[in-house]
Amino acid sequence: MKTVRVIPCLDVDDGRVVKGVSFVGLRDAGDPVELAAAYDRQGADEIVFLDITASAHDRDTIIELARHTAEEVFIPFTIGGGIRSVDDARALLRAGADKVSVNSAAVARPELVREIAGEFGTQCVVVSVDAKSNGAGADGSTTWNVYVKGGREDTGIDALDWVRQVTELGAGEILLTSMDADGTKAGFDLELTRTVVDAVEIPVVASGGVGTLQHLVDGALIANADAVLAASIFHFGEHTVADAKRALLDAGVAVRPPAA
Amino acid sequence: MNGDRPLVAVLDYGIGNLRSAQKALERVGADARLTADPGLIADAAGVVLPGVGHFGTCMEQLRSTGLEQPAFDVIESGRPFLGICVGMQMLFEASEEAPGVPGMGVMPGTVRLLPDGIVRPQMQWNRLDVRRPSCPLLAGLTDGAWMYFVHSYAPDTDDSFVAATCDYPTPVTAVTERGRLWATQFHPEKSGDAGKRLAQNFLAAVRAEGCHR
Repeated sequence: MKTVRVIPCLDVDDGRVVKGVSFVGLRDAGDPVELAAAYDRQGADEIVFLDITASAHDRDTIIELARHTAEEVFIPFTIGGGIRSVDDARALLRAGADKVSVNSAAVARPELVREIAGEFGTQCVVVSVDAKSNGAGADGSTTWNVYVKGGREDTGIDALDWVRQVTELGAGEILLTSMDADGTKAGFDLELTRTVVDAVEIPVVASGGVGTLQHLVDGALIANADAVLAASIFHFGEHTVADAKRALLDAGVAVRPPAA
Repeated sequence: MNGDRPLVAVLDYGIGNLRSAQKALERVGADARLTADPGLIADAAGVVLPGVGHFGTCMEQLRSTGLEQPAFDVIESGRPFLGICVGMQMLFEASEEAPGVPGMGVMPGTVRLLPDGIVRPQMQWNRLDVRRPSCPLLAGLTDGAWMYFVHSYAPDTDDSFVAATCDYPTPVTAVTERGRLWATQFHPEKSGDAGKRLAQNFLAAVRAEGCHR
């Protein structure tokens, strides 16, 4: 049986949660570990931490976050952001992270995917892909390019070619963010997601654009994503992860049920 | 030995995330040590063999760190032993992931690639179908407990050793039992409260062992 995972994503800057989390019942809403533990209690299937710390010297802070999370949270978690080498990956995995997510460093040097997978296994390598539509081509079909630097820089690489290439190199999962949908709260780019799901054999996490619980249902049912990721709908207390699970179950999507 | 917090050796043979397995045992009351010290392993009341990544790499690492023989000795002695994920697969005779690399061979059978046409790896939570409700590792978990799986291969073994399966989309070996040699294809250390219960069950077996020694 395929069960769809629901994954809250936390942006972390210098060890603190950003994007104004307003969450009831937390001592410190800026503490990523405390927030992750709260999502665990609500029934989250995994947690993703995205380290957006600008300074390169701050690897120790994110490694410390992995260490603390492994002590408090007993579901899988992924750390992305700033991972440029096998050594960066090793430090996070040894500290307790289950997966690392690579993005721009893999675009700059795709062999990084093979190196991390070779050392620690494909199951711990997530390739994060930021894709943006080129619009419909002459034949009427849409293509997407891979972007880096938060969607500001077009690499010129076709997103489908890229996901196939990283799968060959040993990616265990694709975290697919639509740069068109991200931040709109208008829902996932379902066409992009479905196209990528159909192109690769490995799991695909849909990301970018979730504003309602129905958007999560659409990601699972229409785009056939293996997992759905969202940030703000959970952070602002609009919906709990348990609400999301119930909406998915009501729509006929198999999920691990929330705690009673 | 301290009966309240029995010594559990988590074999550290230099692969990825071993810390989570140690933490999961600590939180249920074990004196869990990440160790490559054969003396400490020999003294332990129970042993855990975690594993992630590639079967061949893990077997080579287990052998090059000299930990295969201490692991054999623990299994031979009948002390509680738990293999997790690739640590489960390593107990078998061979794996299609690394043809020519022998496994430990303490469980009969071969580890095979999951069938074509499904998403590989299985990277998700799935429900246990318990085949052997008397398995002490599964006490309190016989009613469709949800566990976290990450794997592309699974053991193909005699039904008499299979304590639980999961459906993906055909039955996949999820828990094996041979005396007190247990193994799980899923990650109890990442399976929330259900995984915590399994760790408690393992520790209960370890504590019972401590009383006998």
